Amino acid sequence: MTPGAAIIVLFGVVPIVWSAIMSFQRNSLVSAGGTPFVGLANYRQMLHDPVVAQALQNTVVYTAVFVPGTIIVGLFLAVAMNRKLRFISVYRTAAYATMAISTISEALVFIWLFDPSYGIVNYLFSLVGLHQQPFLNSTSEALFVIVIMTIWGWTGFAVVIYLAALQGIPQVLTEAAAIDGASRWTIFRRITWPLLSPASLFLLIWLTINALQLFDEVYLSTSGGPLNSTTVLVYYLYQIAFGQQGSGDLGYASAIAYFLFVIILAVTGLQFWGSRRFVHYRS
Amino acid sequence: MSAPAVALPARRKRRLPFSPWHLVLIPATIALIFPFAWLIITSIETPAEALHFPPILTPHQLDFSNYPQALQEEPFARFFLNSAVVAVTTVISNLVLCSLAGYAFARYRFLGRGLLFVLIMTTLMVPFQVTMIPQFIITKWLGVHLLGAVGINHIGALIVPNAATAFGVFFLRQFFRTLPIEYEEAARVDGASRLTVLRRIVLPLSLPALSTLAALTFLESWNNFLWPLIAITSTNQMTLPLGLAMFQNSHSIEWTHLMAGNVMSLIPMLIIFFAAQRYFVRSVAATGITGM
Repeated sequence: MTPGAAIIVLFGVVPIVWSAIMSFQRNSLVSAGGTPFVGLANYRQMLHDPVVAQALQNTVVYTAVFVPGTIIVGLFLAVAMNRKLRFISVYRTAAYATMAISTISEALVFIWLFDPSYGIVNYLFSLVGLHQQPFLNSTSEALFVIVIMTIWGWTGFAVVIYLAALQGIPQVLTEAAAIDGASRWTIFRRITWPLLSPASLFLLIWLTINALQLFDEVYLSTSGGPLNSTTVLVYYLYQIAFGQQGSGDLGYASAIAYFLFVIILAVTGLQFWGSRRFVHYRS
Repeated sequence: MSAPAVALPARRKRRLPFSPWHLVLIPATIALIFPFAWLIITSIETPAEALHFPPILTPHQLDFSNYPQALQEEPFARFFLNSAVVAVTTVISNLVLCSLAGYAFARYRFLGRGLLFVLIMTTLMVPFQVTMIPQFIITKWLGVHLLGAVGINHIGALIVPNAATAFGVFFLRQFFRTLPIEYEEAARVDGASRLTVLRRIVLPLSLPALSTLAALTFLESWNNFLWPLIAITSTNQMTLPLGLAMFQNSHSIEWTHLMAGNVMSLIPMLIIFFAAQRYFVRSVAATGITGM
């Protein structure tokens, strides 16, 4: 009755256990010398690996900018679009359309937009008198170009979530506050924003989980460079296990993957725990 | 000396002939649309125009020759076909296998049901990076020892591991449980087999859930990158995202061709997107994510 369950067990459940075991082994795709158990050696190696430290830092910086950035952009646009206006469906469609593009298509377009020599962004900079920027070729700018392209790619998703939440807020509440003389900002601050908190929590958690697993855009736009300035954890473990310059050390790569898993679990748990005071559910 | 006219508050006088929200939404919309527009413009420029600085915003002539050239000089037609085969097969197998498994979990008691369900749910929490290395080894082994067509470096390797997903099983199980069980019991009493009940009663009542799962699975498969990157190395087995990435890395291609290939990869997504767009907000509201 359930060949589906068999596939999920084989390709989902078994690998979870297997990679846990592998993270305690020395395991290489290239060498044929068996897979001896090495205890915590892979995890200890991680502590002393400067690239892991760099990748962790890049992952955290990226997440810390991307997640609030997407939430603010999505909230702002959804509030602006949550009203009857001429052309409102054009505005909404433009925002939703970013959901249709794949990470690879998105990255290709933005590499082209931010091309240091031929890109239109540098052209616009020159129009307003700004210096030409190296963007993805710069250790200080590359990660933020990736932040911009991924915020753009997630805008539609954030707008849809917030619009759905906004349309669920009864107008009676905001109208009553307006009659009592509350300013627009007070109404937003005291009524709308608290009622949006479940949607905000969902976006916070969902975007964080995705941000910690950033890979596609990095692979395509910078390959982790320049000088590892955009190497994130997933990109590094991919490089180790399958990359051309990688050591093919599957044990070490598995250890980094489990490290990432623990980070995701811990951050998600913290967000749920921390949200108890801020999230209001209407029952 | 006449009495001064009572001055109206200045704010009231300076009213715009349109809502001020347009002043925010028009630039925002331009920023959101611009990458799409620039993608399409580049795809219909000549290579010389594309590499011109300052950039040419309005090509002198519409040059669609990048599209046939991209199809001829680079195997984009092959990539497109591979992507389509993988996506369609994955959708069909998910609909069939997740329906079967989801129905079993929703309606039947069997030994180990609880444990098996918990195991399947666990995989929803674990990021793909944790499972991809063993998945690679298992797929490689299957290709060598069982059937070459599902092994590494064959598009079968992109289908089989995703032929049923924990999300699909969970999603359909939840939906099936909301259906009134009386129809199913009545059919069973009349002698219908379990499979007939599923096929003739449950699935026809589940079309909204099945079409949602189909759309999500298609999007996921069409855009998937990391697993194909690991599993496929030969050009003629590549899917579109992989092919685009390979040509972008190889620097042996004109940007205009790359953008033409990129537009082609977007077309099926845009079709699904425009067909489904009016359901987006409604279906999100229905999931209860927003706490309403």
